[in-house]
Amino acid sequence: MKKLLVYMKGFGRECVLGPLFKLLEASFELIVPLIVAAIIDRGIPALDRGYIVRMCLWLVALGGVGLLSAVTAQYFAAKAAIGFSARLRHALMEHIGRLGYTELDRIGTSTLVTRMTSDVNQVQTGVNMTLRLLLRSPFVVFGAMIMAFTIDVSCAAIFAGVIAVLCVIVFGIMLVTIPMYRRVQGQLDSVTAATRENLTGVRVVRAFGKEQAQEQRFQKLNRLLTRMQLAVGRVSAAMNPVTYVVINAAVILLIHRGAMRVQLGDLSQGQVVALYNYMSQILVELVKMANLIILLTKAAACGDRIAGVLDVQPGQQEGTLVPAADAPRGRVVFDHVCLTYQGAGAESLTDVSFTAEPGQTIGIIGGTGSGKTTLVNLIPRFYDATRGRVLVDGICVSDMKREALRERIAVVPQKAVLFKGTIRSNLLWGNPEADEEALRRALETAQALDVVAAKPLGLDEPVEQGGRNFSGGQRQRLTIARALVRNPEILILDDSASALDYATDAALRRAIRQMENPPTTFIVSQRAASIRFADLILVLDDGKVVGMGTHDELLAACPVYQEIYRSQFRQDSAPAAREVTAHA
Amino acid sequence: MPDRKKKPANQRAVLRRVLAYIRPHMPLVALSLLLSLVSVALTLYVPVLVGRAIDCIVAPGVVRFDALVPILKTIAVCVLVTAGAQWLQNELNNRVTYNTVRDIRRDAFAHIQTLPLKYLDAHPTGDIVSRMISDVDTFADGLLMGFTQLFTGVMTILGTLIFMLTLSAPITLVVVLITPLSLFVANFIARRTYDMFRLQTKTRGEQTALIDEAIGEQKLVQAFGHGAQTLSEFDEVNERLRQCSLRATFFSSLTNPCTRFVNAIVYAGVGLTGALAAVSGALTVGGLSSFLSYANQYTKPFNEISGVITELQNALACAGRIFELIDEPSQTPDPKPAKALGEVRGEVALDHVCFSYTPERKLIEDFTLRVRPGQRVAIVGPTGCGKTTLINLLMRFYDVNSGEIRVDGIETREVTRGALRQNIGMVLQDTWLSSGTIRDNIAMGRPDASFEEIVEAAKAAHAHSFIRRLPDGYSTVISESGGQLSQGQKQLLCIARVMLCLPPMLILDEATSSIDTRTELRIQSAFAQMMQGRTSFIVAHRLSTIQSADVILVMRDGHVVEQGTHEELLAHGGFYHQLYESQFAQ
Repeated sequence: MKKLLVYMKGFGRECVLGPLFKLLEASFELIVPLIVAAIIDRGIPALDRGYIVRMCLWLVALGGVGLLSAVTAQYFAAKAAIGFSARLRHALMEHIGRLGYTELDRIGTSTLVTRMTSDVNQVQTGVNMTLRLLLRSPFVVFGAMIMAFTIDVSCAAIFAGVIAVLCVIVFGIMLVTIPMYRRVQGQLDSVTAATRENLTGVRVVRAFGKEQAQEQRFQKLNRLLTRMQLAVGRVSAAMNPVTYVVINAAVILLIHRGAMRVQLGDLSQGQVVALYNYMSQILVELVKMANLIILLTKAAACGDRIAGVLDVQPGQQEGTLVPAADAPRGRVVFDHVCLTYQGAGAESLTDVSFTAEPGQTIGIIGGTGSGKTTLVNLIPRFYDATRGRVLVDGICVSDMKREALRERIAVVPQKAVLFKGTIRSNLLWGNPEADEEALRRALETAQALDVVAAKPLGLDEPVEQGGRNFSGGQRQRLTIARALVRNPEILILDDSASALDYATDAALRRAIRQMENPPTTFIVSQRAASIRFADLILVLDDGKVVGMGTHDELLAACPVYQEIYRSQFRQDSAPAAREVTAHA
Repeated sequence: MPDRKKKPANQRAVLRRVLAYIRPHMPLVALSLLLSLVSVALTLYVPVLVGRAIDCIVAPGVVRFDALVPILKTIAVCVLVTAGAQWLQNELNNRVTYNTVRDIRRDAFAHIQTLPLKYLDAHPTGDIVSRMISDVDTFADGLLMGFTQLFTGVMTILGTLIFMLTLSAPITLVVVLITPLSLFVANFIARRTYDMFRLQTKTRGEQTALIDEAIGEQKLVQAFGHGAQTLSEFDEVNERLRQCSLRATFFSSLTNPCTRFVNAIVYAGVGLTGALAAVSGALTVGGLSSFLSYANQYTKPFNEISGVITELQNALACAGRIFELIDEPSQTPDPKPAKALGEVRGEVALDHVCFSYTPERKLIEDFTLRVRPGQRVAIVGPTGCGKTTLINLLMRFYDVNSGEIRVDGIETREVTRGALRQNIGMVLQDTWLSSGTIRDNIAMGRPDASFEEIVEAAKAAHAHSFIRRLPDGYSTVISESGGQLSQGQKQLLCIARVMLCLPPMLILDEATSSIDTRTELRIQSAFAQMMQGRTSFIVAHRLSTIQSADVILVMRDGHVVEQGTHEELLAHGGFYHQLYESQFAQ
């Protein structure tokens, strides 16, 4: 929670002024019992009606000044709290942007979303209430005690005792409930995850008729959440009654002691009333404080969870080098590269070495889980190689400035995702400066011109979240266009043509080759046809390169490649095979 | 302003719904009310006792200890009973609130299960999740506050009035005359802030959707170095949220100081009239003390109630959003009584089917198809030609606009969706796994399957070898959307899932797109076996895998342009021929 305090910086003025005005208001309230005591001890015995009226007007005046102070205080508190949370959300977003793939894999996205939404809201309320009440309540409590001391030291001792006991109770309950609230929040995360999962998998859930089962699972989580909420509620519900008992025990003591002091002539009746009033004020403030503390424990738990995210350090060191202007554009070298994912038992990639020259097409083929995606993920340095080096344009990627590295590379991931906005805004992801002509060219190369043409608003056609208003194939072509808008040195197509039919796939590959500055293109594919004409084909099996060369070389010498190829072109009689021969 | 008039009416409707949810917990509510009655009465009685005690302490030498001590003892008893009642009341209120919230979440979740895909496809996941989670949470906070403070508040006000009347009618009158001001102020502020809270909630939803997208696809954001841009979009919403939150928070926080000021006036009024009454001998000093203490207690609930009212406004705004979700019309209900499908042979007929997602854009028009039991139907065509739509219709994820789809001669809308889907095994392009163990995932369609059967299915889908290599084998828990598995491995699991059920009809959408062809070749035989005697619809781009289909539907722009076997279509030399030829284009 302390870590988050830096985001309060700049709200210093508000943080001082808010509580200050609140204290001002409280001090006016503390004067009230003194005025009442004066009425009882002076006005009533002297039958001085004018005095009584004057004193009562003072009460109203105190209230008026109190109102002004309070309004000012509320404004500053709200401003600081809301400014704080806005800044915190910004900081979280920025921080998450700096995290590497490894960290994102570990934390999981749904957790991050809860942190940014409901956790931040809770913290905001906490800060707001803290600024409003946290100082005020102790101030009134201690102020009342000090006022009591000015009236009668021996009675005021009771105040001191009561406050000590109350502190123990309040902090004791806090100590018990904070970890409980944390667990409640964790459970809420599970409920969130279950809801999200049910929504993202709705088609499968319904296809298998699992609506009921999902509901039952959700209910189980939901019920557990309720039970946990009740458990913590039970403990914190003890706060009010216990403080009430303690305070009233003190009242009884106070009246008893006061009675003896009055009997001896050390105290007046009005002063006993004033002491009693101060005790009542303490009670009122304590109730507020107890509620505040419950709220704060919740907020602190949320704050800790947010701080936990902010504490996650990006695992990668930012490099500093930038390739020289005359360096080869798009040369990629793998030098005995190995990769073991964090927490994984075995290597996912073992001793991979090859060189891709500028403008070449590199095909990567292999079985499911053979490490194809892992290999290409090392080029933009999404993950760091555990051994060996990956060089782009002559510089090891871990030494290169990340921005310089990534602006050279465009990736089309397996899962075609578009973002809420328009087709244009999505394409501009590739390069915010791209003009109309550049967009058109990219769409043309990606075989996506017809997708845009079919839309009434063309490039400005709205895209819904996740691009749901486009079919899988349309999305895939648009994501390819998005990558091409970058005009990259290196283009990575990670099985990106899987939703495309062969004709479109082939046309796409042809168009990329015919680009003005053809990028070094990595094609990850399951289809031998997609990589058949690559300058270099890497055949992966279980993280190792088991074959490297051109199609013909591999067909002659690599058993794994032969097997893949035959599995796709098995019908010797098919016209396809004849055509392949014709082209070869 | 008709708009303003409408809002309170809406609020009332929402409130009625909330009350309906609370109804089952009425006994607890009643008990809580009773307890609050007890604790309020006793709480109010204590100041009377204190006043009497103070009257025993007149002046030096005239303190009546004999009367004082019993009074103090009575106070002690009252306080203990009050504390007990308060604690129990809190417990009951917690139960009512959290159980109500649980019920609302349960219903909302259950309702999502019945929502048409049309709704779910069109609404951001983040927005629905935000309704289910944070809105319900805010609502719970408001409701709990309402329970703990509203009743007690009202009781305290009534009780105080009665106690005050027994002490002095004229002074009570002063109190009663001034307090409506407090209510008026609170009500005024609450009404003004309702709209602000709504705007805040709406903006928050917008932001949640953005966060969902930006963080869910963070990897892509990073790959494109788009972080700065995303951050600036985020900042724009964040700034708007900051502004409307500041307004809502500040203006609603005015309630307390304003009512406190009214209270100060009440307090001064009581002090004045009370002291004057004491001067004329109509009231004792102890009585005045009780009165002042009442003036505090009487106005405090007004404070709280107004606080609660703002909180409730916020809670109702959130509840409104949840009910909006719950009220979203469900898909057309299954017919009752529904026709039974019985043992499905797998004869599928589409008759003059018309369908489009939006009325402006026609998609499938007048589409007719006959599929005999056990036939293999391959659907091919360029991307975006409507293949996925056909699946949406066959599975009844969407209903046709006109025309009929029949299975074994029975119109599918006359049977339950469950019965229809039970007879169709589906493997989609978007692989989705539920969080849980591998075993549970495979057994999704048949939870009662034995472990041997599960392993058998996994073997048939060629998933067994990689599952075995996972840390805990079949008991490996996979997290949210199967994070640690590769796309292909996930797809193998999806296939194993269907392998285990073996329904009479199959839909395979791009089922093999992420599986390497070697593995695919191995499962081809298993697939062939699976499809034996089963009506299958296969959407695949790998022409070689569908050459053996009985019927090939060639789709283009939502229409079936050609229909026939591979040989027929090739010989026909039409669009299919063109597609086929282009397969190996340079």
